[in-house]
Amino acid sequence: MDASRPIFAALIALLFFFSLPCALSVSSAHGEGYAITGRVRIEGLGKGFGIPGKTLNAKVILNGGQQVTFLRADGYFSFYNVSAGTHLIEVSAMGYFFSPVRVDVSARNRGKVQAALTENRKGLTELVLEPLREEEYYDVREPFSIMSLVKSPMGLMMGFMLIVMFVMPKLMENMDPEEIRRAQEEMRSQGVPSLANLLPGAGRS
Amino acid sequence: MEIRVLILLLLPLLLISLFVPNPTVALYEDQVGLMDWHYKYIGKVKHAVFHTQKAGRKRVVVSTEENVIASLDLRRGDIFWRHVLGKNDVIDAIDIAMGKYVISLSSKGSVLRAWNLPDGQMVWESFLQGSTLSKSFFSAPLNLKIDKDNVVLVFGKGCIHAVSCIDGEILWKNELSSESSDIQHVFQPLGSDLIYAVGFITSSKLVIYQINAKNGDLLKQSTVDFPGGFSGDLSLVSTDTLIALDSTQSKLVKISLVNGETSLLPSDIADLIDGFSGMASLLPSKLTGMLAIKINSYIVFVRVSGEDRLEVVEKINYPAAVSNSLSLLEGHYAIGLVQRSGNKIHLTVKLDSDWNSDMIKESIELGHQRGIAEKVFINDYIRTDRSPGFRALIVMEDHSLLLLQQGEIVWSREDGLASIMDTTTSELPVEKAGVSVSKVEHNLFEWLKGHILKLKGTLMLANSDDIVAIQEMRLKSSEKNKMTRDHNGFRKLLIVLTKAGKVYALHSGDGRVVWSLLLPSFRMSNTCHHPTALSIYQWQVPHHHAMDENPSVLVVGWCGFSLDSPGILSFVDSYTGKELYSSSLTHSIAQVIPLPFTDSTEQRLHLLIDADGLAHLYPRTDEAIKIFQRELPNTYWYSIDGEKGIIRGYGLQYSCLPGITDEYCFGAKELWSIVFPSESEKIIATTTRKLNEIVHTQAKVLADQDVMYKYISQNLLFVATVAPKAAGEIGSANPEESWLVAYLIDSITGRILHRVTHPACQGPVHAVFSENWVVYHYFNLRAHRYEMSVIEIYDQSRADNKDVLKLMIGKHNLTSPVSAYSRPEVIVKSQSYFFTHSVKAIAVSLTAKGITSKQLLIGTIGDQVLALDKRYVDPRRSINPTPSEKEEGIIPLTDSLPIIPQSYVTHSLQVEGLRGILSVPAKLESTSLLFAYGVDLFFTRIAPSRTYDSLTEDFSYALLLITIVALVASIFVTWVLSEKKELREKWRVLLLFLFHPVDSY
Repeated sequence: MDASRPIFAALIALLFFFSLPCALSVSSAHGEGYAITGRVRIEGLGKGFGIPGKTLNAKVILNGGQQVTFLRADGYFSFYNVSAGTHLIEVSAMGYFFSPVRVDVSARNRGKVQAALTENRKGLTELVLEPLREEEYYDVREPFSIMSLVKSPMGLMMGFMLIVMFVMPKLMENMDPEEIRRAQEEMRSQGVPSLANLLPGAGRS
Repeated sequence: MEIRVLILLLLPLLLISLFVPNPTVALYEDQVGLMDWHYKYIGKVKHAVFHTQKAGRKRVVVSTEENVIASLDLRRGDIFWRHVLGKNDVIDAIDIAMGKYVISLSSKGSVLRAWNLPDGQMVWESFLQGSTLSKSFFSAPLNLKIDKDNVVLVFGKGCIHAVSCIDGEILWKNELSSESSDIQHVFQPLGSDLIYAVGFITSSKLVIYQINAKNGDLLKQSTVDFPGGFSGDLSLVSTDTLIALDSTQSKLVKISLVNGETSLLPSDIADLIDGFSGMASLLPSKLTGMLAIKINSYIVFVRVSGEDRLEVVEKINYPAAVSNSLSLLEGHYAIGLVQRSGNKIHLTVKLDSDWNSDMIKESIELGHQRGIAEKVFINDYIRTDRSPGFRALIVMEDHSLLLLQQGEIVWSREDGLASIMDTTTSELPVEKAGVSVSKVEHNLFEWLKGHILKLKGTLMLANSDDIVAIQEMRLKSSEKNKMTRDHNGFRKLLIVLTKAGKVYALHSGDGRVVWSLLLPSFRMSNTCHHPTALSIYQWQVPHHHAMDENPSVLVVGWCGFSLDSPGILSFVDSYTGKELYSSSLTHSIAQVIPLPFTDSTEQRLHLLIDADGLAHLYPRTDEAIKIFQRELPNTYWYSIDGEKGIIRGYGLQYSCLPGITDEYCFGAKELWSIVFPSESEKIIATTTRKLNEIVHTQAKVLADQDVMYKYISQNLLFVATVAPKAAGEIGSANPEESWLVAYLIDSITGRILHRVTHPACQGPVHAVFSENWVVYHYFNLRAHRYEMSVIEIYDQSRADNKDVLKLMIGKHNLTSPVSAYSRPEVIVKSQSYFFTHSVKAIAVSLTAKGITSKQLLIGTIGDQVLALDKRYVDPRRSINPTPSEKEEGIIPLTDSLPIIPQSYVTHSLQVEGLRGILSVPAKLESTSLLFAYGVDLFFTRIAPSRTYDSLTEDFSYALLLITIVALVASIFVTWVLSEKKELREKWRVLLLFLFHPVDSY
């Protein structure tokens, strides 16, 4: 998420620079309602405005499913017969996160359209919808590293064993020779530990 | 046992402490298909157009009742491309124009779209307007050209439009009449510049318009009176002849349009067919020079030839599908017929000029589970021996799609699964002794090889071939597809009921159909003309003393479309897929209430409430009545009348209506009612807790050693109402005049426990109720964003039980019975968050013991399913949580809920047309099974708190083995070394003893 933030900022900046001189998309009045026309632009896919429909299968949704339309090859879409008022447009395209757009269709002004992203309350001077970020649905496997192996329970076990094998004798050396003697004495009295003794049930027989 | 209980008690704490930082459980890309499956469907086909002329990919373009336009591979039945239109965008007609565009007309003749045939990209879209709401509409691409433009003629909303095929531009438009004319056919005689539009104005007036094809000018309008009146059926036989049916449905009226003059010629059907009586109707198939009439249980083909001759060519039995005429070379036409007899379906293709000899007559063995053929579409091809061949696309009664060619079923699609009405699950049979378990891994070597490969994969040492092998090995793992119960409870049967009245059992391992049954009691019959399948319930779940019985499900439906039509019950064995028995009821079914009691054979008692408010008990046995009569005083139910805005609560009486001696019928007495003022509130959503939900603990321990008691009641009802003005779609209401009110109602006493108003909000509301909380999704008009609110309800009367001293001396009320009658002291915590997307369905993850933390499963408008941790929707989130709250797992407050792409459980797939999400607990506490359905089906396993009680699929057994081997080896090495050292030591002591004997003594 953090990585996508600069991209998102860049997108917004781009949008601002490019769209200032453009006129807002004007909808034409029809008998019963107005039309909203806009376009969806995804950077880095196709040539500028184009979206390969077969790879994307994008849908544009008005008011949570009241009308559903599709993108043309040039990224344009239209809703017809929309009443004056405030509407919500959502874009569903796999792999991209689009902010829903608040669209005001003015009754007085021949269906003039004003749009704003609802996620960040950014006004749009032109009804060009761009994804806020790309969506990655899978976790990326971390490359193999020694640390991950060491950190795993089995790695820890091995590590502990190594410590016992190599560090313990060193510790023994630093011990008081008198004590070593005593310990050895004790061991001798108990006998040699053998593998058979370690196994459960072996002691009974 | 004690340890287990202890673990169960400790687990929640453990979980909280372990998994606070990262609640998302994501998938790696190579894990796709490991525990999930996804199937794409299209629905019941309405129209089909073949595209086979050119070399290369042969395809058929179809439109369906699920509003899908799809291009299918004619060789294998796969989907080349597919578009699911909006739910209001019903497709009226499709066709192929200019050999490269698929043209579709939808939304009652107002939206015309062109799709690129190879890849499905939308090329253009036109909005067609009309002032009148005309009933009929269709498009008719012809060989008509205006200024070299290919043109489509579209009739819709009372207007004829000529639309250019290239860019969708409307070339001309003619509003036919302001009167309420019902245009039936628009056609252009070959080589003429005229377009005819024929229809009825009133039931006894025929109207014919002549329109200039070049510019749409109305040249002539003529009306003809027919005193007998028309029934409304009109069939276009040729470009100058139409046949209508008179209002008594016993006369055919031949309408001839010769040189602009119209003449009517009625003739009695009785003259044509001996022994005709009753009513006739015209089949909608478009036949050329012919006519198909349905009379009682027959279909009669009538040839219209010459001046006024009608002759019967054949009479076939009724359940038969008739195709449209297919134009062949040399002006001939072929017609396809599909009939069923016994175990076979018969496809016959006939030539119109030579009816007696069949072009093709094929019989195909087809089980009864597909029913009769409902539609047939034929297409011709040239065989290798240059003789004409035909292929037929057949839509069956169960909505499946078959392609027949050369007497064989080339492919079939189970498209009935695109319209699931209801789902339930069933356990698989227990593994019997003698059935080999270890068929999975053949020998130790292969097992080891597999794990070494996996190890290579985890260590990132695998090359591409290895990765392919690993993936294949994982997918092929037959473990998940076995037909027996597994230890973890991952394998189940998903039993789904579809709109066609067919029940399917799907295996949860790979989604294959284990059995399917077209319910005989839900088929059209003389006693029931329109059976409607509604819902499916678990009827018998044997687990204790009825282990040998198979489980069964109950399918409930109506014989008709309305609430007061008589009900149908059908009982189906979940293992064999056979209908055990069925019954047509005398009463209606308005509500089905599964009761929490079972009889000695583990049949669940069900209460069926009819439209008159009487309760009927099922199963109808003495034992059931005995059990129920004990519990009758404690049985309550409620009804919701959304139109009047009334919720009523009822208790039961021992007797039915006076005068009726039906001991399985019980009367209802109204106990309470809540009336919502109709001028300010309209019910738009209600929800309750799932009956099978298990709550682990009532207490919620806070980090500061405080305890809150959840108010857990099976009888809580969540109701959402909106202002009537705001009941429509978004954009139809102002913030000032809309509000949303949420209620929590106790459905036993009718007491309103909580009420909250959200000003400037409106529906649609999607809500989910679990434990002591409800989460609902709605639209905030002021912020113009969607919101999700949570209400958590706690029991205050138990709050005093925190005192340890009181607990010790027994002054607590923990063991006092909870009564639904007592007035509960509750406190409510709530909070609202913004949520980005529209929502289609919402559910909550269910687990076996309710210990694992919950996830909300949100079906978004993009047809994906998002798993959102419940902790994000917690009313106790604050901007700066105290350290103790953080320890408890409280996430700092944000104004909107996060949408983390990795937490989409559908990952990069879409469940097109998503309608429902079902969560079923597995036996393993950490895991829940998820089934999402719509036009597509999707199934996966989710682990809301990760799989803390089992090893993951990724677990490397090889690494474990290597470690163990290494450990054992090192033990031996050290042992040998220590032996040697000991020996040396002994020698040293011995030598010391030998050389210094004095010292020793």
